[in-house]
Amino acid sequence: MLKNLLRSAKANMSIYESNDDDEYGLLAEFSNPATLMHAAEATHKAGYKHFDTHSPFPIHGMDKAMGLSNSRVGYICLLGGITGLALATWLQWWTGSIDYPLNISGKPFFAIEPSVPVMFELTVLLSAYAAVIGMLAFNGLPRPYNPLFYSKNFARASDDAFFLFVATSDEKFDKEKTTAMMKELGSLRIEMIKDQGSVNVGNGHHDDDAVQLIEEIETVA
Amino acid sequence: MSTTATTDINHPDGDGSHGEPPLITGNLSFHEITDLVSTHTEKKTPPLWYVAFGLATSITGLLFLMIAYLFWNGTGVWGLNNPVGWGWAIVNFVFWVGIGHAGTLISAILFLFRQKWRTSINRAAEAMTLFAVMCALVFPTIHVGRVWAVYWMLPIPNQMEMWPQFKSPLLWDVFAVSSYFLVSLVFWYVGLVPDLATLRDRTKKIWRQRVLGFLSLGWTGANRHWRNYEKCYLLLAALATPLVLSVHSVVSFDFAVSIIPGWHTTIFPPYFVAGAIFSGFAMVQTLMIIARKVYNLENIITISHIERMNIVIVLTGSMVGFAYITEFFIAWYSGVQYEQYAFLNRMFGPYAWAYWTMMFCNLFFPQFFWSKKLRTNIGFTFFASIIVNIGMWFERFVITVTSLHRDYLPSSWDYYTPTIVDILTFVGTFGLFFTLFLLFLRWVPMVAIAEVKGVMPKADPHYYEDHEGDGMAGDHIPHVKPAS
Repeated sequence: MLKNLLRSAKANMSIYESNDDDEYGLLAEFSNPATLMHAAEATHKAGYKHFDTHSPFPIHGMDKAMGLSNSRVGYICLLGGITGLALATWLQWWTGSIDYPLNISGKPFFAIEPSVPVMFELTVLLSAYAAVIGMLAFNGLPRPYNPLFYSKNFARASDDAFFLFVATSDEKFDKEKTTAMMKELGSLRIEMIKDQGSVNVGNGHHDDDAVQLIEEIETVA
Repeated sequence: MSTTATTDINHPDGDGSHGEPPLITGNLSFHEITDLVSTHTEKKTPPLWYVAFGLATSITGLLFLMIAYLFWNGTGVWGLNNPVGWGWAIVNFVFWVGIGHAGTLISAILFLFRQKWRTSINRAAEAMTLFAVMCALVFPTIHVGRVWAVYWMLPIPNQMEMWPQFKSPLLWDVFAVSSYFLVSLVFWYVGLVPDLATLRDRTKKIWRQRVLGFLSLGWTGANRHWRNYEKCYLLLAALATPLVLSVHSVVSFDFAVSIIPGWHTTIFPPYFVAGAIFSGFAMVQTLMIIARKVYNLENIITISHIERMNIVIVLTGSMVGFAYITEFFIAWYSGVQYEQYAFLNRMFGPYAWAYWTMMFCNLFFPQFFWSKKLRTNIGFTFFASIIVNIGMWFERFVITVTSLHRDYLPSSWDYYTPTIVDILTFVGTFGLFFTLFLLFLRWVPMVAIAEVKGVMPKADPHYYEDHEGDGMAGDHIPHVKPAS
């Protein structure tokens, strides 16, 4: 139960378990954002859950195509904001009127009006950092090791290539059937990525042994 | 990927933008955008860069020399005198903070308004923000006199049980400017992560891979990540917008909350914010006009970008000019003779030369940008951007010095002149600014690659729809079932 929860939470961060043959998943390249979105929609409709698309920029409408809900980063941000506001209020009230009260021209030791600027600044500061930390937490980043980095072709995901990745951990995954579906959807190149656990992978290193080319079609230039 | 030109019946203008002029010219492919920006961080360092960097670091050295001299001797080395207790240090502080504001305006406010043209300039403008705020922070730090006690400004528990005075606008400044710096820094870094991943995936050198791999956090462009990333970016923009408006408002409180004639006015916060944006955009122009030329980015930072920035300059310049006139009117209308005198003294007193310089540069000169011919002229824009920044420096000088040098008691009136230490310290901060900016140009992608790709017509899935039926996507690669 708990293990399943953890697995689906990780799948939401695009982190998957490999199967008994160390196979991590199928990486299918598509020609452009439109074909990728079409493929993602079809994969979602076919009932797959452990899949993701990789593109050099966010593609408008992809969340809907993949059946993803709205991001929850906003709640973390709100929590940060409330913490910042409470911290600033407490800091100014406690230091000025409890710990070391100073009488300055008979002004009150604590009042809202002169406290607003610091309250505002700390609210914004903590909200911003909470949003970033929340974003990283929900994304499972930093993640230096990622089996996808074995693929040389995948380096283009941050340049001009569009990929759909289906993990072997998905309940519906079947090597032949999933490959056939990717071909049907018009994938240009399909690779099977193996999770070899090598420490040298990533950060630009590639390992061809971990990548098994299944299909590549000629492109019409 | 295919770079085939896509000019055909469905895309008569060649970019699929349905009649709107393209933001990125030259019909570049995604890969060409990556190449165009990344190469500048990958190629061998050009000799000219070393020359510029050597010059900038030398001037930074001058800054540190002046600071050491100041610490050794105390603030007496500056030109401050009895009525003028605030001189160039505060003028320069406000000047640099103001410059920084354009970066946040471009990255946050224009983002919220969905102004897609910002993507070409936001990275460099945000970098400019960070470096300008660093230069600004130099001045409040060194101007305190007893610099070894500067940490008293922060609420650090100590054996004296002493806390900062939260009722002071100067302390609000500490919180506002440092929050502003920290939020701008994280906003900049979050925007950088996908581009650092791009550089990581391109490089062959092992140490570069390791450093970039560390900094890019293992980014793979996964849509599950983009989803949270975009939300986070939107939130940061939404937070930075009120923040940037608050920062210069708080800076203006340093003046407005006091009871000095010429300072004690409610118009200060909005007028300071408009002035900040005005000067910041001028600085972006100065830097971008040089950078786009030197780094061949004319297709990404186009004339249209420069023109749009000039429109912002004429708008904010006119707002600032309007505020000058309103201030003058209110001084007369208030019926307070001290207030009236402060403003007449600005116009016709011993500092009239500074006042009229300010009026000429900020109110009069930007009006040339009503002419389309002038605002699309690179040379004129460059010249005007420098004029504007001179004007905005003088604005802060006029506000600070003219209000102080003749106070309520005529016997203490005096004339303020800076010393050579004042001048060289200010010059030194330009060295610091350009040192940091040159490092940025050398090591960091100066254009937000992922964002620029995202606003190209090719990035929109609908761009490929027009070709439905012929089995070919917009880039002439078949996207239906291939024959097997």
